[in-house]
Amino acid sequence: MKKYTFTEKKDTRSGFGAGLLAAGKKNKNVVALCADLVGSLKMEAFIKEFPERFIQVGISEANMMGMAAGLTIGGKIPFTGTFANFSTGRVYDQIRQSIAYSEKNVKICASHAGLTLGEDGATHQILEDIGMMKMLPGMTVINPCDYNQTKAATEAIAEFEGPVYLRFGRPVIPIFTDPDQEFIIGKAWMVNEGKDVSIFATGHLVWEAILAGEKLAELGIDAEIINIHTIKPLDEEAVLKSVAKTGCVVSAEEHNRIGGLGDSIAQLLVRNNPTPQEYVAVDDSFGESGKPAELMAKYHLDCDAIVAAVQKVIARKKK
Amino acid sequence: MKPDIEKLTNIATQVRRDIVRMVHQCQSGHPGGSLGCADYFTALYFHVLKHDSNFNMDGTGEDLFFLSNGHISAAWYSVLARSGYFDIKELSTFRKINSRVQGHPATHDHLPGIRVASGSLGQGLSVAIGAALAKKLNNDDRLVYTLHGDGELQEGQIWEAALFAPHNKVDNLISAIDVNGQQIDGPTDKVLSLGNLRAKWEAFGWDVLETNGNDMVELVATFDLAKSRAFKGKPIMILMHTNMGHGVDFMMGSHKWHGVAPNDEQLAEALAQLTCSTQDY
Repeated sequence: MKKYTFTEKKDTRSGFGAGLLAAGKKNKNVVALCADLVGSLKMEAFIKEFPERFIQVGISEANMMGMAAGLTIGGKIPFTGTFANFSTGRVYDQIRQSIAYSEKNVKICASHAGLTLGEDGATHQILEDIGMMKMLPGMTVINPCDYNQTKAATEAIAEFEGPVYLRFGRPVIPIFTDPDQEFIIGKAWMVNEGKDVSIFATGHLVWEAILAGEKLAELGIDAEIINIHTIKPLDEEAVLKSVAKTGCVVSAEEHNRIGGLGDSIAQLLVRNNPTPQEYVAVDDSFGESGKPAELMAKYHLDCDAIVAAVQKVIARKKK
Repeated sequence: MKPDIEKLTNIATQVRRDIVRMVHQCQSGHPGGSLGCADYFTALYFHVLKHDSNFNMDGTGEDLFFLSNGHISAAWYSVLARSGYFDIKELSTFRKINSRVQGHPATHDHLPGIRVASGSLGQGLSVAIGAALAKKLNNDDRLVYTLHGDGELQEGQIWEAALFAPHNKVDNLISAIDVNGQQIDGPTDKVLSLGNLRAKWEAFGWDVLETNGNDMVELVATFDLAKSRAFKGKPIMILMHTNMGHGVDFMMGSHKWHGVAPNDEQLAEALAQLTCSTQDY
């Protein structure tokens, strides 16, 4: 198992804030909109640098999505900022008609995704957003894994033409990816090459997968860990190549089991190479209040859950 | 430029002929609201807008128009075709398979003149405000126009946008509401009353004008007045009173023709009431 270390922990939303500022410096057409959550989305630095390119929308997410679509018509590259719940479910029809169907170059940037939002509880902990967004034709869906990757992804989507859903979160987690990485949309990142099982992880679950990989190594299991930061379009080649070698799969995500990354992989495999697969995901339920780490343990989204899923799927492979 | 009212009235009649023929041809669509707004569309595209039928999505240096109540697409398609955006023959493909002339306006099939999809109601005002903000950021001094149905005002998003535009001094925006008092299930007063629309929009901070949307002289004068009041710190709202189905007597003033196509006899009767000097598609 390749050794990953970290010296610092940060939230992925801060990576977004830094990436937005960098994208704004690089391209004068980048504009930002926020629905009364500037601090939570870490947009202050952009606003300070480019006050004329920031639009405070108030608590009006539907209006924000529509205005973002309109801004693209004048050649702007709008980044919308609010919580993941209000970035997707609340405004699904606005995104569907005014952005996705209309092929508008809007970047929907969503913080506080998943259970790790913590104490605010289930009203705010959306676990269905990846599914909703990936079902929209033409929508790119990205869920980066740490501060550096989120910053790189934010800069990359500014250069990319087309609607994007960028999902990130609130908790501070280790920074373990390269600060100077090149973020290639749709290109999976090989975290660790192995031969016994393919672990496909996204978002906060990538670090948990690394911890799981270390535990598995102690158990004599050589896990391949691949970071799927772009859920749509899925890096089909990387998935199929890995699975051809390992013959079994664990998918890991902070999302409902139904409709997330695991389902995208299962759908690819069932068409090409039917393979035993276990899901590390929320088992079709809402979340609840609690500390992020408590919730990730209770809903079986931590490294122990990944280890258990790997043992289970390897046993299925041997049958 | 002084408007040629006779010419505009003639075009509006041709647009009405196009609407009833298009809806008849595919036996579906929304003739009532389309007919009611034929004068608005004609005045807009043949007198008001600075626009280029050699279509460019960004519309830099042009006035932009957004139709929020997309179901009255037949009227819009007719004026787009008749002002040169695409061949009028293509109107015959309205609502048919493999056509760019979709039931509701869409950019997806690249029909020139359309900048965003509409149909699911309440979204066009937000999009138009975004486009108006982009014009300001780009130092582009042209205007943005929108049209909405009165029933559409029952959507909450409209009021989010209604709050935003005055607060942010979006004064390069001239919106209009087709106040025909009708929606699918009956009169708006019965379904969900809109109350005093002038008082509502004024209270939200808009500069409100009212006009008869089926009187070309008054309509053109109102557009000219609206333009003179742009860039004065407030978005402009025109409450445009129309008859649903205007121009075809048996379709007028009733919600019953919101989304029903005429049969062969009704088509002939309608066309007999709509005489003009131009050619059908």
